[in-house]
Amino acid sequence: MTGTGIGASVKRVEDQRFLTGNGNYTDDINRPGQSHAWILRSPHAHATLKSVDTSKAEKADGVIAIFTGADMAADEIGGLPCGWQIHNKDGSPMLEPGHPPLAHEKVRYVGDQVAIVIAATRDAARDAAELIEIDYGVLPAVIDMDSALAGGTLVHDDVPNNRCFDWEIGEKDAVDEAFAAADHVVSIDLVNNRLIPNAMEPRAAISDFDRSTSQYTLFTTSQNPHVIRLLMGAFVLQIPEHKLRVVAPDVGGGFGSKIFHYAEEAILTWAAAKVHQPIKWTAERSESFATDAHGRDHESHAELALDKSGKFLGLRVATKANVGAYLSTFGSSVPTYLYATLLAGVYTTPAIYAEVQTVFTNTVPVDAYRGAGRPECTYLLERLVTKAAREVGIDPVELRKMNMIQPDQYPYQTPVALMYDCGDSPATFASALKASDYAGFEKRRAAAEKSGKLRGIGISTYVEACGIAPSAVAGALGARAGLYESAQVRVHPTGSVTVYTGTHNHGQGHETTFAQLVSESFGIPIDQIEISHGDTDQVQFGMGTYGSRSLAVGGPAILNACNKVIDKAKKIAAHIMEADVSDIEFADGKFTVAGTDKEMAFGEISLAAYVPHNYPIEEIEPGLDENAFYDPLNFSFPGGAHICEVEVDPETGDSEIISFTAVDDVGRVVNPMIVEGQVHGGLAQGVGQAMLEGCVYDDNGQLLTGSYMDYTMPRADDLPNFSVATQSVMGASNPLEVKGVGEVGAIGSPPAVVNAILDALAPLGVEDISMPATPLKVWQAIQESSVRQAAE
Amino acid sequence: MYQFNYQKAGSADEAASAVTAAEDGRFLAGGMTLIPTLKQRLAQPSDLVDLAGISDLVGIEDGGDSITIKGMTRHVDVANSDVVQSKIPALASLADNIGDPQVRNRGTIGGSLANNDPAADYPAAVLGLNATVITNTREIAAEDYFDGMFTTVLEEGELITAVRFPVPEKAAYTKFPNPASRYALVGVMVAQTGGDTRVAVTGAGQDGVFRAGDIESALSGNWSADAAKGVKMSDADLNSDIHASAEYRAHLISVMASRAVTAAG
Repeated sequence: MTGTGIGASVKRVEDQRFLTGNGNYTDDINRPGQSHAWILRSPHAHATLKSVDTSKAEKADGVIAIFTGADMAADEIGGLPCGWQIHNKDGSPMLEPGHPPLAHEKVRYVGDQVAIVIAATRDAARDAAELIEIDYGVLPAVIDMDSALAGGTLVHDDVPNNRCFDWEIGEKDAVDEAFAAADHVVSIDLVNNRLIPNAMEPRAAISDFDRSTSQYTLFTTSQNPHVIRLLMGAFVLQIPEHKLRVVAPDVGGGFGSKIFHYAEEAILTWAAAKVHQPIKWTAERSESFATDAHGRDHESHAELALDKSGKFLGLRVATKANVGAYLSTFGSSVPTYLYATLLAGVYTTPAIYAEVQTVFTNTVPVDAYRGAGRPECTYLLERLVTKAAREVGIDPVELRKMNMIQPDQYPYQTPVALMYDCGDSPATFASALKASDYAGFEKRRAAAEKSGKLRGIGISTYVEACGIAPSAVAGALGARAGLYESAQVRVHPTGSVTVYTGTHNHGQGHETTFAQLVSESFGIPIDQIEISHGDTDQVQFGMGTYGSRSLAVGGPAILNACNKVIDKAKKIAAHIMEADVSDIEFADGKFTVAGTDKEMAFGEISLAAYVPHNYPIEEIEPGLDENAFYDPLNFSFPGGAHICEVEVDPETGDSEIISFTAVDDVGRVVNPMIVEGQVHGGLAQGVGQAMLEGCVYDDNGQLLTGSYMDYTMPRADDLPNFSVATQSVMGASNPLEVKGVGEVGAIGSPPAVVNAILDALAPLGVEDISMPATPLKVWQAIQESSVRQAAE
Repeated sequence: MYQFNYQKAGSADEAASAVTAAEDGRFLAGGMTLIPTLKQRLAQPSDLVDLAGISDLVGIEDGGDSITIKGMTRHVDVANSDVVQSKIPALASLADNIGDPQVRNRGTIGGSLANNDPAADYPAAVLGLNATVITNTREIAAEDYFDGMFTTVLEEGELITAVRFPVPEKAAYTKFPNPASRYALVGVMVAQTGGDTRVAVTGAGQDGVFRAGDIESALSGNWSADAAKGVKMSDADLNSDIHASAEYRAHLISVMASRAVTAAG
């Protein structure tokens, strides 16, 4: 036994370099002869570019070149593509207005790229950018979705009412019937607050063009370098794959925001061939706030129909989703297939209908952010179910229990397309109730009251879909790419192993977890295994890391490649040990002949494969280097129960999380320590959304929360000691039976927090509070409620 | 940031002359506000005159019935000072809760007061404790020093060399932090010094730090948390932003004052 296989809390091998400052991030990389870029951005949310005069700036010290949208248009450079086509209710495709990398004729949000200045130094580029004279024809900006849908100001002239699409899912008639037969109808209006991702490392890129080979290279802060190569090469710059290398080296966090193909990548790559020298660009933190794709930003109205006993009969949801000024790479799929397909949640609601309008506004594009659609869905459901419990007069625990899908109902076909393969929501719920001492809450509430605090408890039971995705299903739903994953397992002559994976590690611990898979498979310690990722010239192919897919989709690819290695190694072993291949057994790193004491170590076989002196050369090739592509048959469905307890100071509105219990079903756990860390991180972001983080634009489209002075990122002292456990049902639709853990914390937790705050405020008559539940909002809710109570 | 000339001064007088001589000179104390401002290209001074090497500007002196803190003394040194902790614990505690450890290890009392951020903590201490701001040219009473947000009566080339705090009978500072920046959304210093009751409020006022006269009156007759809490502050002239309405700030002033009174004993 190696002690480093599946199930071991192996310390993260990548941490040595990260914690000692030896990571190799894009901005750490310098290319010979490198120049520096500054991107000039629009200060207006909506304006025509009446003229852009770069003549003075071009003469400034150190300037190499300046390009504008007109230059890219003259080269017939394509627009940034959207990766998912959604259809309207009437079957027509969504409207996809052009998305030029450098704005041409019009700017559509504060931060929109207007020009690139390339100079000897970054300061020189920035100095010169200030000399560019732009005559903006400032137009009214449209920021909120209702104004946008009313028409008037159009973000894109060819998109009436700023509506990108009007989509639906589910059976409208069945839902109407359910509501007609209902004893209770509970409705809710919710805003899912807009978030700014804030990865620790700002976006950065270095482009290079080799004139001797016509080879382009782009180093970029990406979660999926092959996807960037595909999108940028095929759709924007028309560079074939074999002439374009994309490298995503160490990346300091993504949370979704580094999935997308950003304009700067295309601008820099295109410009490198113009100036014949490498160009480096690194975003300032202010640029990250203003130009990284934001997350969430939904407004929903939802109604739940219940019978007399509290059984859910139907669910009706109408959502407006802000996609910002342009469609980002996955901007169309997040508020549709990643959102409304989860509206059954963990419940047996038989009839569900949802309609989603997506809306262009003069704000930065909105796209996937940790959870991507599922947090929006979970928040809606769990707020609605909790409200229903209060209105109908059934305990929120009992109401959930009586409507939950039971373990014997799996596989469970929901009314909104998905089929949950396995799960046991009642079990995780029961464990969370026990671990949080739910039964003892009223005593704690009474104790808090004595010290002037309002204590509340909130529940969220959830399921999510990840392991994205079965390509055929995704394709049928409008995905313009496959969503499989690939792996190459290269066994070296002396038995050490390099694995090339198409996923990308930017904090998740893949270099450890994936090595554990190989350690388990080959029976060798993980210090003999290297996980390589991020370079399209090294890694065969891949779709990258997002949607909690890396282990669920990338893991089986590694496993399958390992199995191919073992199959071949057995043939070599059989030849050398003069046995039939069917008699060769492999365990703990040793090939043995059944019933004999003959054995060969893994390293001996690998050496034989590369020094094939005594070798079945007529049967198999030398070498031990196998690859596999894996396309799953279904999504995976992690889920669980989160319970939050808060205390509110009614004098100030300040809320403190006293305890937070999470019991999550993430399938098989490869590294329990990493899983716990992933859940902690997700919970921190969920608490951030619930209580702290909120992106605010003013009516003119200026970002009011453009720095940490005004955008509240969670800090350690905002968070409690999380009580985290996993409790898994095996049977996920992949050979590893893993489900995914990266997003569960951010998906399950926000409604638990808000439900807890509302429970605390319930004695005062407060019925609603919007995220983030800041002290101001809590205090205002208390005031308004007290005022109302006094008036009554 | 834009280019500038960097100068390092050996004495307060040298620093003052250098700033005066420069086309657009600025003192550089801890740099906790100035450096980020420069990095964002929001200021373009011709010269920065660094005060960091001037040993005469660092230190805390026990004057018996007062404490004098020199201008370049860092927040961390005020927080950890035995003298400050024993004589004006409210001031040590205030310094210990400014910003984060990085800020406290760089930021200085003189720098903070010269900048007069309307949400900074030290202005509440200076006004609430009736301190005297000592410069290279004069002594300025707390009452006369502040002149609106980010504005003081300091003249060009005038440098804060020290701040003298009379030792109060009792005092406490309570802050309700801005959730994002952790600056004071509302910070209140309450103090009784020589029989005089003062309540100074930072974070809330449109013109920066101010004295809450109504709460002072209430506390003068009845030094109790309830007396402070019972005062309904007007929200006129208070800040309103995405983190707090003027009404909320007005309410928090009374609550923070009452909590400060409890803490002061």
